[in-house]
Amino acid sequence: MSTMHVEVVSAEAQIYSGEAEFLVAPAEMGEIGIYPRHVPLLTRIKPGPLRIRVAGQAQEVLVVVSGGMMEVQPNAITVLADTAIRGEELDEQRALEAKKAAEAELAKASDDKDVAQARAALKQAIAELHALEYLRKRVH
Amino acid sequence: MAVGKEIRTKIKSVQNTQKITRAMQMVATSKMRKTQERMRQARPYAEKIREVMAHLAETNTDISHPFLDARDDVKRVGIILISSDKGLCGGLNANVLRQFFNEAQSLMDKGVEIDVCALGQKGYTAAQRLKMNIVASATHLGDTPQMDKLIGPVSVMLKAYQEGRIDALHIVYSKFINTMKQEPKSEQLLPLKPEELEQEYPYSWEYLYEPDISSVIEFLVKRYIESVIYQSVAENMASEQAARMVAMKAATDNAANVIETLKLTYNKARQAAITTELSEIVAGAAAV
Repeated sequence: MSTMHVEVVSAEAQIYSGEAEFLVAPAEMGEIGIYPRHVPLLTRIKPGPLRIRVAGQAQEVLVVVSGGMMEVQPNAITVLADTAIRGEELDEQRALEAKKAAEAELAKASDDKDVAQARAALKQAIAELHALEYLRKRVH
Repeated sequence: MAVGKEIRTKIKSVQNTQKITRAMQMVATSKMRKTQERMRQARPYAEKIREVMAHLAETNTDISHPFLDARDDVKRVGIILISSDKGLCGGLNANVLRQFFNEAQSLMDKGVEIDVCALGQKGYTAAQRLKMNIVASATHLGDTPQMDKLIGPVSVMLKAYQEGRIDALHIVYSKFINTMKQEPKSEQLLPLKPEELEQEYPYSWEYLYEPDISSVIEFLVKRYIESVIYQSVAENMASEQAARMVAMKAATDNAANVIETLKLTYNKARQAAITTELSEIVAGAAAV
């Protein structure tokens, strides 16, 4: 069976690199499975597990990402993963905080930021839980 | 015998200083290795995202997006100034700041206004002292570059660009060339120069986009800018540690020289005292 080259990189480090037979990714419009010679595709991905099936290995490789972008070419897949916990709302709060820091008024983090942070962290935690659940199912 | 007590105290104090500079040198050496490693690790992402964008530019020659289109009338420019949080690292910050002020001055001469985004304490303080317009800042970045801390200030600048409050975005930082050499550098981030993405590809194909092409481009450009800034911060940190290591080595060597001269003076004074005393004794004995 033919394979494709999979690379998962984040701004801070390279996470995974290798050949794969099949890959499942949490795309923004729903989970998608990709075999080699897939039609070229650029999609955003949601926080969740990437499942990579490697030839000759019974166990799938599991990589949890907190969102990002995926490029699919017929024989190669590149996943540009986010490392930090992201979210529109949280980014907004971070921006506000940076502005405040510039004005040297940053006495303490605002409650809004805490809420946004908690919400984004929750999303991330849910993604990780999904991954764990999937792993557990596979074991039994 | 109480000869040259002042000199002995001075030697002691220089020795203490030397101990400190030597310790700082060793700390900087070990940190430098780590920061260099981090700088290297950030590279694959920047390369990949550049590749993806080049593919995109290849297949869609007629894409138009505010991030890519140069504006004719530049009234206000955003400059991201990356510096270190701490001093005692030779001329590193001085060089970066000189580069920054030169650039700011040449822009102001053209009647362009400037918004500053300061990453790092030193740059923040310097810009503040000159009463420049600081719109965003992040200080106390530590020794590890963290995307988390950079997202805020970066998104302030990107938003300002998208809303037309600034017409271009530049970045000034220290590029790490090798341990002995760091160079202040300034680059234009926005609008993106298309030639930066030009690469030769044997294939070209039409992509499917999810959810749609414009949001994909926007996402990619944002991540690209963030990764460039992250990389620059990582380079700046490696430069800082390297510069500090070199500066502290020089300081330790200088301290050794000072100690040597002081010891020489001390010994001379001691011998002179002994000689004087001897001749006094001899003269006294002769008189009896």
